Amino acid sequence: MDILNALAAFLNFVFIPGLAYGAQLALGALGVTLIYGILRFSNFAHGDTMAFGTMVTIFVTWFFQSIGLTAGVLPTALLALPFGIAATALLVLATDKVVYQFYRRQKATPTILVIVSMGVMFVMNGIVRLFIGVDDQNFADGGRFLISAGDFKAATGLAEGLAIKGSQAVTVITAGLTVAVLFWFLQKTRTGKSMRAFADNEDLALLSGINPDRVVQVTWVIAAALATIAGVLYGLDKSFRPFTYFQLLLPIFAAAIVGGLGNPLGAIAGGFIIAFSEVMVTYAWKKVVTYVLPADMAPDGLLQLMGTDYKYAVSFGILILVLLFMPTGIFKGKAY
Amino acid sequence: MADPFLIGSAMTGGYGGADILHGCTIAVEKGEIAVIVGPNGAGKSTAMKAVFGMLKLREGHVTLDGEDITRLSPQARVAKGMGFVPQTHNIFPSMTVEENLEMGAFIRDDDFSGTMGQIYDLFPILKDKRHQPAGELSGGQRQQVAVGRALMTRPKVLMLDEPTAGVSPIVMDELFDRIIEIARTGISILMVEQNARQALEIADKGYVLVQGANRFTDTGQALLADPEVRRSFLGG
Amino acid sequence: MSKNLKLFLGVGLLFLATGLLLSWNQALFILNFGLVSAIMALGVNMQWGYAGLFNTGVMGFAALGGLAVALVATPPVGEAWRVGGFGILLGLAIGVATVAAGVALWRRMPKGRNRALAMLALLVGGFMLFRWVFDPAVTAVEAINPSVTGNLGGLGLPVLLAWPLGGVLAAGAAWAIGKTALGLRSDYLAIATLGIAEIIIAVMKNEDWLARGVKMVNLKERPWPVPFEVNLQQNETFLGLASTLGFDPVTGSSIFVKLVYMAMILVVLGLVIWLSERALNSPWGRMMRAIRDNEDAARAMGKDVTARHLQVFILGSAVIGVAGAILTSMDGILNPGTYQPLRFTFLIWVMVIVGGSGNNWGAVLGAMLIGWLWLIVEALGPQLMGWITAGMAEGPLKAHLVDSAQHMRLLTLGVILLLVLRFSPRGLIPEK
Repeated sequence: MDILNALAAFLNFVFIPGLAYGAQLALGALGVTLIYGILRFSNFAHGDTMAFGTMVTIFVTWFFQSIGLTAGVLPTALLALPFGIAATALLVLATDKVVYQFYRRQKATPTILVIVSMGVMFVMNGIVRLFIGVDDQNFADGGRFLISAGDFKAATGLAEGLAIKGSQAVTVITAGLTVAVLFWFLQKTRTGKSMRAFADNEDLALLSGINPDRVVQVTWVIAAALATIAGVLYGLDKSFRPFTYFQLLLPIFAAAIVGGLGNPLGAIAGGFIIAFSEVMVTYAWKKVVTYVLPADMAPDGLLQLMGTDYKYAVSFGILILVLLFMPTGIFKGKAY
Repeated sequence: MADPFLIGSAMTGGYGGADILHGCTIAVEKGEIAVIVGPNGAGKSTAMKAVFGMLKLREGHVTLDGEDITRLSPQARVAKGMGFVPQTHNIFPSMTVEENLEMGAFIRDDDFSGTMGQIYDLFPILKDKRHQPAGELSGGQRQQVAVGRALMTRPKVLMLDEPTAGVSPIVMDELFDRIIEIARTGISILMVEQNARQALEIADKGYVLVQGANRFTDTGQALLADPEVRRSFLGG
Repeated sequence: MSKNLKLFLGVGLLFLATGLLLSWNQALFILNFGLVSAIMALGVNMQWGYAGLFNTGVMGFAALGGLAVALVATPPVGEAWRVGGFGILLGLAIGVATVAAGVALWRRMPKGRNRALAMLALLVGGFMLFRWVFDPAVTAVEAINPSVTGNLGGLGLPVLLAWPLGGVLAAGAAWAIGKTALGLRSDYLAIATLGIAEIIIAVMKNEDWLARGVKMVNLKERPWPVPFEVNLQQNETFLGLASTLGFDPVTGSSIFVKLVYMAMILVVLGLVIWLSERALNSPWGRMMRAIRDNEDAARAMGKDVTARHLQVFILGSAVIGVAGAILTSMDGILNPGTYQPLRFTFLIWVMVIVGGSGNNWGAVLGAMLIGWLWLIVEALGPQLMGWITAGMAEGPLKAHLVDSAQHMRLLTLGVILLLVLRFSPRGLIPEK
């Protein structure tokens, strides 16, 4: 039974958390990669866009909770999510109008746009801190566990518990649905195809009568939706703290670059690569290994490759490896 | 005789700096093929882009079917019935052949499956590869996609900027055959070509440009027969 | 009077007003902060203004400067060196050797699966060996008197030495990061530097054996010739001076110390400006600008653009490292928790862009102005918000608004940055 215990421990501590985290990163990286593909710059404000969307969702969630409106076993935040998305979409559309449009018309270099996005990041960061402060906010409710460790142990007779948190299940399912809708939109709808055409060859897209302003607006709305969903799922699964969202920029960009900037499929793959690497490198494998090895070979140490404080070092390490050995990423993004 | 179907007359202008075109006139009749040839740097592509509205004219006019379109943007000219195939970057590489054609028809609100069928009849290979990303096709096939994309709007005039650049001679002949076929359906063709001799052979009208001005203008056959044209521009 | 001089005078007036209306101590504190920031801004300006390199890791390089102070100035912990010094050094050597061997292997072996497998085996093996040697040594070191030391300590040398050494440390990190990220897309450098800064801070927070991590290092030394306030207050000459000039010896000593620091920072600042102005007007500087303005043309002329970029990236980062060392030695404490990207990276960027990228005097002016704004809002913001909300009833909303004043400055800085970029992209003092 020890192999099964090892497997349960692996699933419980590595696979399921990695899957949920990977889904969150993938959604974040999708937003970054879409902006990159269509607007052609690395959006440093994406982490704070996520924070903004999550903040609005939290406020609406609190309001719903205060009037007794809940979603049963599902977190109330899912009901509030559309409001968060709408508010974020309005914010980024306004930002585009007031800030980015000018530089687009000027055909400014990507670096200038990155610096501009840094200014936007400041402003969004300020807004978020102004409204909700810098502290941790917990807004998860609904069913805590889909499967609790105790139930699992009782049902299987294993010593190791396998718990699936409600937030993890919600994360994976929501992310799956979001990605499915996004890909359907990009592959099947006229607007989605026009976005891909614009990303592929801007001049030819203009020549074909595709309206660039519309493409840009749709892109921002999608990016806002992806950012808000990613942010809310991350917040439900862990907790909401503005500075954490800023720090998420690193794994998100690492994911997008690993997959190839501008490539949506790559962003998803990159998200999971980064998430699983991070979880596996920072997990103390002692428990799993003890089950697998004979008793006299049991390890003394924790078998942890790196402390959890170094989780961002993992994304960074992978990022550096990719930059060194395949700068266009696994799925061949835009190299220019 | 009435004005030609499409004419860019006495065009003068350039990309901001010095003028590249100096009173250059290019015209094409309905269902005919007009070819612009000339040495490197003669302003061939520039003349074509001027007709299409991709550079600002200081002097001169562009008229399509009797309507002055000098002030229209390239996009608006597409809506008026002009199709343009750029020399490079003329496809959407990550999209399938069929999606490329669909994007060509972006401004059309009606059902364009008939047009797409016609294009597949014209370029049968594209039908076989319609679900393949266009960027994975060979050079000649990519040019077919590019021409097909431009035809999706059912243009009255098709403008081609060096369609045979970088393709093998066999593919070139094949492409020229298709272009003749397109012209027979009543679409005017205006193209810039480096392979001057072959291009003039299929041309109803030829323009030899030198330094942004017309040097010789005649039928294709007459230009091919002109000893001076032969000596200076066709390599003997 | 030239416009630039007026601008500098205007900023000078701000400090004068701060001194007169608030206190001279505070004004000098802000001034020193502005001057140190000006050095950092000069470093960023070399990278961005001269070469168009976007470095978002200013915080990391400044933190390395701070680390240098702890490593130079604190006395060595003999006991710790005995139990674990050798192990830690050997472990680090093994780590470096593994990476070097990996690089050599990648270059020597033919491409293919064998190379990938050999690489993997080497890295895994090297890592295991590193941990095997390193971990016990770290545990041993961190066990030694953890409430006071728990680290290897430093070299016990004068603090002043840490200033150049901070530059060297930062230059080393810049070399490593520049080697990988330069020559690729311009935004890759931004992301890579953002990452390295986070990693540097994580290392400084977690590796207690190095500089005590979040337990912080208190510096008992000051750079020569800065005196300690308590010593001044007992100094006969100083007390005599205080009574003749009629100032309070406690405040006076504090101001005197700040003045000494100011003089020292000014010397460094002057040196950096002098050197970078000379460099800018040398053939090297002209080449740098030529590369920035048209990379392709410069490449076509046979310039090794990537190598030049690496050069200027290292130089700029070294300057930032020096400034980081000055800041930490002035604070008298190394606290990795205080390194915040908004404060150390993006604030410096705002300074450079507002001041005028590509112009050294612009960077200095921007640093003084934005530095003043940053700290004065911190000092006055809650008070100001208190006045604004004076009419409001006491309650959570008022408390929240007063609290929020500190976040207003992020918002304000963001807006200033966007406005300058939009309406005056060349900054207050444009490039000549």
